[in-house]
Amino acid sequence: MSISSQFINLLASILLLLAFAMLSQRRIKSLIRLFMVQGMTLVVSTIVIAVTTNQSHLYSSALLTFALKVVILPLILYRLIKRLNVEWDVETLLNIPSTMLVGIAIVIVSFNLALPISHLAGTITRSTIGIAMACVLLSLLMMITRSKAISQVIGFLSMENSLFFAATSTTYGMPMVVELGVALDVLVGVLILGVFFFQIREKFESLDLKHLEKAEGE
Amino acid sequence: MMEILAVLGLPLMGGVLLALWGHRSRAPELNVLVSLGTFAASILLAVKILLTGPMIALDEQFFVDSFNVFLVVLTAFVSFTTAMFSRPYMRNERILSSLSNYQIRLYHSMYQVFCFTMLLALTTNNLGILWVAMEGATLATVLLVSLYRTRESLEAAWKYFILCGVGIAQALFGTILIYFAAEKVLGAGGTALLWTHLNAAKGFLEPTVLSIAFVFLLIGYGTKVGLVPLHSWLPDAHAEGPTPVSAVLSGLLLNVALYAVVRCKILVEGALHNRFADDLMMGFGLLSVLTAAFLLWRQKDIKRLFGYSSIEHMGLITFSFGIGANFAGLLHMTVHSLTKSAIFFAVGHAVQRSGTKTMDSIRGLIQSPAIGWGLMLGALAILGMPPFGVFTSEFLILTHAMQSHPWTTPVLLLALGVAFAAIFGKVQSMVWGESTGENLPHPPASLPILLHLSLVLLLGLYIPPHLAKWYHEAARLIG
Repeated sequence: MSISSQFINLLASILLLLAFAMLSQRRIKSLIRLFMVQGMTLVVSTIVIAVTTNQSHLYSSALLTFALKVVILPLILYRLIKRLNVEWDVETLLNIPSTMLVGIAIVIVSFNLALPISHLAGTITRSTIGIAMACVLLSLLMMITRSKAISQVIGFLSMENSLFFAATSTTYGMPMVVELGVALDVLVGVLILGVFFFQIREKFESLDLKHLEKAEGE
Repeated sequence: MMEILAVLGLPLMGGVLLALWGHRSRAPELNVLVSLGTFAASILLAVKILLTGPMIALDEQFFVDSFNVFLVVLTAFVSFTTAMFSRPYMRNERILSSLSNYQIRLYHSMYQVFCFTMLLALTTNNLGILWVAMEGATLATVLLVSLYRTRESLEAAWKYFILCGVGIAQALFGTILIYFAAEKVLGAGGTALLWTHLNAAKGFLEPTVLSIAFVFLLIGYGTKVGLVPLHSWLPDAHAEGPTPVSAVLSGLLLNVALYAVVRCKILVEGALHNRFADDLMMGFGLLSVLTAAFLLWRQKDIKRLFGYSSIEHMGLITFSFGIGANFAGLLHMTVHSLTKSAIFFAVGHAVQRSGTKTMDSIRGLIQSPAIGWGLMLGALAILGMPPFGVFTSEFLILTHAMQSHPWTTPVLLLALGVAFAAIFGKVQSMVWGESTGENLPHPPASLPILLHLSLVLLLGLYIPPHLAKWYHEAARLIG
C-alpha cells in the first residue's frame, strides 16, 4: 500500500470521526467549526488524489471546495447564528449515547453494503467508499435527531460533503460542469434557507421545529 | 439546435426580465407571452425530431428523442396555459391576500425559472446536469410554496425543502455510482455521464453497482415523484402555495421526476437483464396507488385532496412502466397532467370565491359555470369516467396488468373504486347547493380549463394516428 493511499485512508477515518463528533455536538457554534474542519479535510484529500493521479481538474475542484465549504458557507452560517442569537444549546430528540449506538450500527451496515463496490474500485482509494456511505447516513441521522432548523441545515451540508467525498474517492471526481452545478445549487439553497430562518422566527418566535407541528400531520 | 436554445433560453430570459419588472401591471401578460414563445419553440423542436429523428446538440450535452420531446411539448403547453390561468388568479390574489410588489415579482420570476429547470432536466444528456436541474427545480418551487409567508406555508416549504433535499441527495449518490461503473467502460472524463454513451455501453456496465445505484436513484427521484412512503411533502406543498404552482407541480414536476427515473431504468435494465428495476417500480407504484386512495377519504382541504389524487395517479404511471405498459403509461402521463392542472385551475378560483380551502364550507360553485362545471367535469375525467382520456389509459393499464400480473388487477380496481367514491362525493356537494361565495374582482380564466378538458376528451374519443405513432415510438425507446 502506497503512502498516498494510506494518507487518504487516514483522511477518510478523520471524516468518519468528524461525522460522529457532529452527531454528539450540542453547541451550534462548534457544529459550524466541525463543518469547516470537514471541508478542509475534503480539500486535503482532493489535493492528495490530484497529486497522485495527475488529474489536473481535481485542483480546480479542490479550490472550489475550499472557497465554498471552508470560507463562504461557514461565514454565512456564523453570521446567521449571530443575527438570530441561537449560539447555545441544541435539544436532541434522542439522547446522545443512544444516537452513538445507532451510528455504530449504521457504519456496520454501510460497510457491508459497500463491500461489492469496493472490490471493483480500481482507484487508490477503494476502501473509502464504505466510509463515504457511512458519513452520508450519519448526516441523515443527525438531521433526523435535531429539532433546531439550523442544525438540520448543517446536517444537510455535511451530507453533501460526504457525497462529494464519495465522488472523489471512487471516481476521481465528477466532471467539472456537474461539480459547478452542484456547488451552485448548494450555495443558492443555503441562501434561501437563510432567508427562511428569519421568516420562520418572525412567525413562530423560535427556530425550534417542534413548533412547526400542526393539525393536519398526515 | 436553435430550437433547443430557444426552448431553454426563453424561460431563462423571462425569469430575469420578470425579476426586474414582475410587479408592473402588464407583467402577467409578459409571463404569458414568454410561455407562449417557449411553447412555439417546443413545437418547432418536436416537428424537427419527428422529421429527422433523435438529435444530439451542443457538444453532446443535449439529447432529444421522441420520448423526451413529447414531455417537452407537454411541459411547455401546460406552463403556457397555467400562465394564462395565473393572469386573473394572481390579480385576484393581489387584492384578496394583499401581496406586495416584491412577492409578485418573486412569483413571476420563479415561475419562469422553474419552467427553465424542468426543460433543462428534460433535454440534457448529462445525468449530472439532470440532477442539478432537478435540485434547481426544488429550490425555485420552495420559494413559490412559501410565497404567502404564513405559518402553514413556511412549514410546508421547509418540509418540502428538507425532504426533497435529502431525497435528491440519495439520487446524487446513485448518479455517482453510475459514473463509477461507467468509468470502467468509457474511461474518465465528461463522456461517462452522458446518457447516449451510457446507453450504447449499458450491456457492459457492472450489474451489482447498477442495481445498488438504481435503488438510490429510485428513492431519490421517487421522493419528487411523490411515491409512498416518501410522499409526505407533496400534499403540504400543493395546499400552501399559490394554485398555479400546485397546477405545475402536479402537472409537470412529478412527470419530470418520473422521466428521470425512467431514463435511469433504461440503463439499469440493459445492464441487469432481469426484472429487478421493473419489480421495484411496480411495487412502489402499487403501494402509492393503494395508500393514496384510502388517504383521500380523510381529507378536509380541497387542495390536499387533489394533492393525494396526484400521488395516486403518479403511482399508477410508475406501476404501468414497471409492468411494461409503456404506451398506456405515456398516455396517462399526458391526460393526468392536462386534467389535474385543469382541476387546479377550477379549484384555485373556487377557493378565491369561497375564501376557504375547507371543503365543508365550499358550496354552490355552479353559480359560476366555468368554475362549477370545470371542477365537476375535471373530477369526472380524473376518476376515469368514459369518454375522457383517463378512461382510455387506465383501461389500457388494467388490461395489460391482467395479462402480465393478474393478481394486481383487483388491487388496482379496489383503489380506483375507493378513490372514485371519495372524490366524487366531495366534489358533488361542493358544486351544487346554495352558493356561499362572492363574485371575483377579475373574472375566472375559463379558456385554459376548457382547452385542457376538451383535449382530454379528444384523447378519449380519438387519438390521431400521428400522435399514436409518436407514443409508440417513445414507448419503444423505453423498452
